[in-house]
Parts: sequence; structure tokens; C-alpha cells
Amino acid sequence: MEIQTETACGAEPDSFATGNVIPLLHEIRHALQALHDNGQETVIDLRSIPLGPGEEELIQERLGRGEVTVQLSALGPSEIVETRFSGVWLVTHRNNDAEVIGKFVEVCVIPRLVTAQQADIRAGLAELNSQLT
Amino acid sequence: MSKDQTIGEALRARGISRRGFMKFCAATASMMALPPSMVPMIAEALEKARRPSVIWLSFQECTGCTESLTRSHSPTVEGLIFDTISLDYHHTLQAASGAAAEAAREAAMQENEGNYILVVDGSIPTKNPGYSTIAGISNVDMLQETAAGAAAIVAVGTCAAFGGIPHASPNPTGAVSVSELVTDKPIINVSGCPPIPVVITGVLAQYLTFGVIPDLDELGRPRAFYGQSIHDRCYRRPFYDKGLFAETFDDEGAKKGWCLYKLGCKGPTTYNACATTKWNEGTSFPIESGHPCLGCSEPDFWDGGGFYKAISTPTEDITRTAVYAIGAGAAAGVALGAYNRSKKHRMEKQHQKVGIDDLEKGD
Repeated sequence: MEIQTETACGAEPDSFATGNVIPLLHEIRHALQALHDNGQETVIDLRSIPLGPGEEELIQERLGRGEVTVQLSALGPSEIVETRFSGVWLVTHRNNDAEVIGKFVEVCVIPRLVTAQQADIRAGLAELNSQLT
Repeated sequence: MSKDQTIGEALRARGISRRGFMKFCAATASMMALPPSMVPMIAEALEKARRPSVIWLSFQECTGCTESLTRSHSPTVEGLIFDTISLDYHHTLQAASGAAAEAAREAAMQENEGNYILVVDGSIPTKNPGYSTIAGISNVDMLQETAAGAAAIVAVGTCAAFGGIPHASPNPTGAVSVSELVTDKPIINVSGCPPIPVVITGVLAQYLTFGVIPDLDELGRPRAFYGQSIHDRCYRRPFYDKGLFAETFDDEGAKKGWCLYKLGCKGPTTYNACATTKWNEGTSFPIESGHPCLGCSEPDFWDGGGFYKAISTPTEDITRTAVYAIGAGAAAGVALGAYNRSKKHRMEKQHQKVGIDDLEKGD
């Protein structure tokens, strides 16, 4: 991942720039390095960081979209997108009114929410058993 | 829904999958301003937590706090948390009224003695018990009677937390906060006019998750939500640091989104989560919409000297302001913030009580 060192991603000095975009991208870079070196997973809550109008979109633009997109339908839609940096995922949770209730950058092989959950496997097995007996 | 159900069971009974539950926990962690690494711990705790009985009392209030929490008609994270509690009394929301409603409150108090959560919105009049009554019971009596068996009290809104607008000068009803009347119970102040809905439910979720009241600031507010000033988390802060201010609501600075400090923004002396949690489904917050922060989560915000006057504008003896600036030996903004807080403290001590008779004499 190549990241410029300018303070506000090329923004005009009097625009809505908090200066948090580049440090956040560096944080993601460090997290990806840790995933590569020792498998350490990282989750970053984008809502915990002050971002001005347009800066979240700027982060998304810088991360881009990769090969995998997962649509999840549980308590409203969620979109899990692998960015163009493999191992860096952008996770957006929405409620049934499509309101964003959480937005995270997950640095991992695959976000755990995508994998089948043991409790759901158990429930599915019970239901299948009852259908066939 | 059985009161003996755990929250995990209650959610499963609503057809929510484990994936949905984990998504709910991730959003709850974000709402509680906890790091994402705590999601598994939150999931484990919420899975086992019993649904608590909640009694909600509304006194001198405008119902804005309840409106803030319940305005959404679709399942939201805050809605789900609200649904998983056992709300046994809330005279605005419950179907029962009069004696039947009071019987529900008394039954909940008896069945859950020492374990229920008491939520209060609105201030309490002390000048005359007749100023605000419910089923013929004065607000003071109802508060003290219900607080006696509560595990903890959540004072929702600036009125319950600090007296709020009813307490504003000349305070005709002698309005006081919950903590001025109840001194032997843990009280969590969730201030704001109204508070952010996810902050209200975030406090409940935190209590459900960890079983203890959260870490509080010196005004009794949860640090997770009130630990930093609006100013510190504001995306316009870089303009303040560069000295770029809007001078009017329609000048070039306003159009460019510069800092609203000179237009009266109380962000530097106001502690709340608006700048990160935001309002209206996370759309924006007042400053993002071009309006200064009113400081509604702080004590006596209504008597702060004018919403559109910069907090650096002296409202009293200018020499005292100057002493603060020199004595602090710091940036003027910091010194004036200290001055403003000191002024608020004095106002608290000068608590005025004016009755209807006094007001009529003034006509």
C-alpha cells in the first residue's frame, strides 16, 4: 500500500479536512503488516474517528473495491467489501431502514461474520432433521 | 416475552440469527464507544443477561427525551435494546392509565425490589407540590418512593440531570435535578436536550452488559459518551486552530465551513457525543448543519449568556475575565472556558426560587 505523506490528502487548506484520513490509512497499513507477519486481526471503528463531510468517501475511494463483495441479510442488510488491498475489508451494517448502524475496517483473512456460526449450524441441523423425520 | 428470558433468548425468539446477534453486538460496541475488540465479550455478557425491569418516570418535561428514543418505527439497535428490557411503567407509552398504571408501577417495584432500573426525565418542582402531580402524587413523593427500591437511577435529559429549562432563571417552580433529591443511590446523568437516543440505550446496554454503572465524570455522566468536548471531536476544529472563523451566518467563512466559535458555539465547554455519534440516523449534528452548539448537555445552558454570543464575550466584570486569561497563562480559549465554567458554578450557588406570586407582581 502506497500512502502519500501530505497532511490532508491533497485537499485545499480551507476545505473540510480533519487531517485524519492519512493517519487512518497508515493505521490500516500497520494492521495489514501485522496480519501478514503473524496473522493478527484488527478492527477499526470508523465512527469513533472525527471525519469531515466527504472524508469517509475519500477513505473508501483510496481503499477501492477488490474482488469480493458479500451481501449479508441479518437485522437489515450489511455489505462486506474486500478493498483493492487483499485482507482489508470495509464492513457497513445497516438496519431495516437502510440506516447505517456501524461502519468498520476489518483487517483479516475473512470477516468472522461471513463464516457460518455454530449456533446457526445447530439450529439449521435441527430444522432439517425435523423436516426429514 | 418472559421476564426470565435472557437477552440472547429474547433475540432468538424474535428470529434473530447468531450472525444478526453478532452484528447487533458490533453496533452496540460502536454505540457504547467501546473498541471493536470487546465485541466477543459484549456478546457473551448480553447472551446471558436477564431482562431488567425498568420504571420510567416523567416529571416537568416536554416528552422530547422519550420522543428522541422512540421516534424510529423500524428495528434499530437502540430499538432492540429498548425492546429487550421489561418496561413496566412509562405513563406516555403504556396503555394503562390512572389507578391501573399506578398499580403496574407498584407491582414492578415489589416484584423487583432492589433490582429495577429507574429512568427519570424532567425536573422536579419543589416550590409547591401541586405544580406537577401524577395520579395525585407529587413528583417529589413519587421520585422518593420509586427511588427507594431501585438498583440505579438514570436521569435522562438535562432537566432530570441538572434542572434544565424549568430550572432556568427565575425558576418559578423551584425545579431541581434528581441528584438534588436522591443522594443514596447511584445516579447516571444522561444529559442533553434531548440526549442522543443511542446514548440513552448505550447506557442501558452498558449496564446490561457489565452489570455495573459506567465510569462517570464529575457531573455524573458516562465518560464513554461525555468524556470529550464537542470541540475536541469537531471536524471544524482545524479551522479553530488556524484562526479561521465564520463572522456571520452568510459570510464567506460560513460558506467554507469555518469554525462557528464567534457565532456563539459552546463546543469548547460542552461535553457530549454529537460530533461522532451524530443525529438523525448519523446524518449530521448541529455544527455540521451550520449552527453553533448550544451546549444543551451542560448545567444552566439556558442561562449561559446568549446562544449567539461567543463564550469569550464577557457577560460580567471584564477584569475578572482578564485575571483568568493572565492567571491561566494559556490560550485565551482555554482561559475563557475556565471562566465560563466558574460562572456556571456561581450560578448554581445563586439558585433562585420565584413563585407565581412573584411573577404576577412583576406584571
